[in-house]
Amino acid sequence: MKDLLEKLSPWLFTIAIFALWEAACRIFNFSPFIMASPTQAFGAIIQHWQPLLRHSFVTLWTTMAGFALAVIFGVALGLIVGWSRTIYRGLYPVMIGFNTIPKVAVVPILIMWFGIGEIPAILTAFLISFFPIVVNVATGLATMEPELEDVLRALGARKLDIMLKVGIPRTQPYLFGSLKVAITLAFVGTVVSETIGANAGLGYLIALAGSNFQMPLVFAALLLLAVEGILMYAVFALIEARFTHWAFRSSMSAAA
Amino acid sequence: MSSSVDIDDITLTYKGASGGVLALQGTTLNVKRGEFAAVVGPSGCGKSSLMKLVTGLIRPDKGDISVFGDKVRGPVKIAGMAFQNPNLLPWRKVADNVLLPLEIVEPHRHRFRRDNAKYREQVEALLKTVGLSGFGDRYPWELSGGMQQRVSLCRSLIHEPALLMLDEPFAALDAFTREELWCVLRDLWQKLGFTVILVTHDLREAAFLADTIHVMSARPGRIVMTKAVDLPRPRDLEICFEPRFTDIVHELRAKIAEVRQT
Ligand SMILES: Nc1ncnc2c1ncn2[C@@H]1O[C@H](COP(=O)(O)OP(=O)(O)O)[C@@H](O)[C@H]1O
Ligand SMILES: [Mg+2]
Repeated sequence: MKDLLEKLSPWLFTIAIFALWEAACRIFNFSPFIMASPTQAFGAIIQHWQPLLRHSFVTLWTTMAGFALAVIFGVALGLIVGWSRTIYRGLYPVMIGFNTIPKVAVVPILIMWFGIGEIPAILTAFLISFFPIVVNVATGLATMEPELEDVLRALGARKLDIMLKVGIPRTQPYLFGSLKVAITLAFVGTVVSETIGANAGLGYLIALAGSNFQMPLVFAALLLLAVEGILMYAVFALIEARFTHWAFRSSMSAAA
Repeated sequence: MSSSVDIDDITLTYKGASGGVLALQGTTLNVKRGEFAAVVGPSGCGKSSLMKLVTGLIRPDKGDISVFGDKVRGPVKIAGMAFQNPNLLPWRKVADNVLLPLEIVEPHRHRFRRDNAKYREQVEALLKTVGLSGFGDRYPWELSGGMQQRVSLCRSLIHEPALLMLDEPFAALDAFTREELWCVLRDLWQKLGFTVILVTHDLREAAFLADTIHVMSARPGRIVMTKAVDLPRPRDLEICFEPRFTDIVHELRAKIAEVRQT
């Protein structure tokens, strides 16, 4: 019984929040130009399903493209940074500085360079999601037990051997943990960019519908955005559990 | 008997932010081929540093080290090592953990794929000698601390090294498990005949296992006493209660107390 309740609890909470939202809209009787209730939002989804589907798809693929770039470059840079202490020391401040820049501030530049369209969205998703991947991969390498390295070096292992046999496998839980964070950040990047300058995507749709006071449509787009985010998060949580089950059982589960 | 490890008057300094730390000075130590040597000394006196010097992982500022007649210029490429922490790879099964050195050491690494079945048999045989028959398919986290340390010992021995370096390998274990593992190590050594340098702070452990015990001074560490343990072999745990054994332990204890004071 308790198990069942625990299993159902995410659904129960979601339904409860929607119920609260609906109740608040009815009690305060908001103007439809300011706020939409869940029923109105779902109504808008049904009514505008075609454009919503098209824009959802654009947001999804641009996010995935940016995220894929972030994984490729993030893993590569993370391995380079984690490879040597000197590079780690040298690049760390640069990367912190880079990460501190709010990516919203970069979007206008990207739009200037690449024009209105999907490319700025892809690049913003990439820029925003790439950092946690680098940091986690580098941390996974840098926190390798020095004694284990000694064991291998006393056998004549080269740096590459140590990386392949120990460094890269032990980085996996750190990597997969960071992918869950990175994918949600990538959505943020895409939508920010689409809101500022695009001609497709859920961000664009929200900005457009907002300026036309079509609140039900705005909330419909927000809901779809949440659904996409949750789905992708779930996919990467599954991949993580699949590939790094050992980390959950051993003491290495501290990776975040 | 010929020499296997020759440490001749070495000095080692660690350079740190707050000046250098003189870890070893004037350290001289000789271990014969096939000998079981133990190094005891107060904490922080440079025992682990000595192990790293012998295996060529760090270089001394001054002095020479030879291993089996060859001057140590870089990592020795042959030594087996085990530490207090078993350091097993949690994503590999026990057997694959033990196989790891064969994936690295020449000439095995080039035959690894071809002779995989043969190597796996060797692993199983070695696991059997330490009492872990049939545990090859488990993951390390499924094993107790003592069992993990047995696996770690197997990993340090699978490539049949002529030199085994043990840095407080049993320090984290409970007393019963520790004594069990003394016997495991004793039997392995008697069977395989490698040279051992065992760092420990357990004087009974040193007296039970070693042929020769070297006592180090507080930092900067050097050898202040070398004690031959002339207890007959094979030794049994019962020997720990005999007067001639306890006499040795008392003598070592007095010496350590003395060097800790100064
Ligand atoms: N990598 C290092 N950098 C600086 N100092 C070190 C380093 N390793 C050890 N030391 C110092 O050298 C001394 C000897 O260390 P160690 O060989 O680990 O001693 P032991 O194993 O006998 O406890 C200690 O004082 C320690 O602080
Ligand atoms: Mg030590």
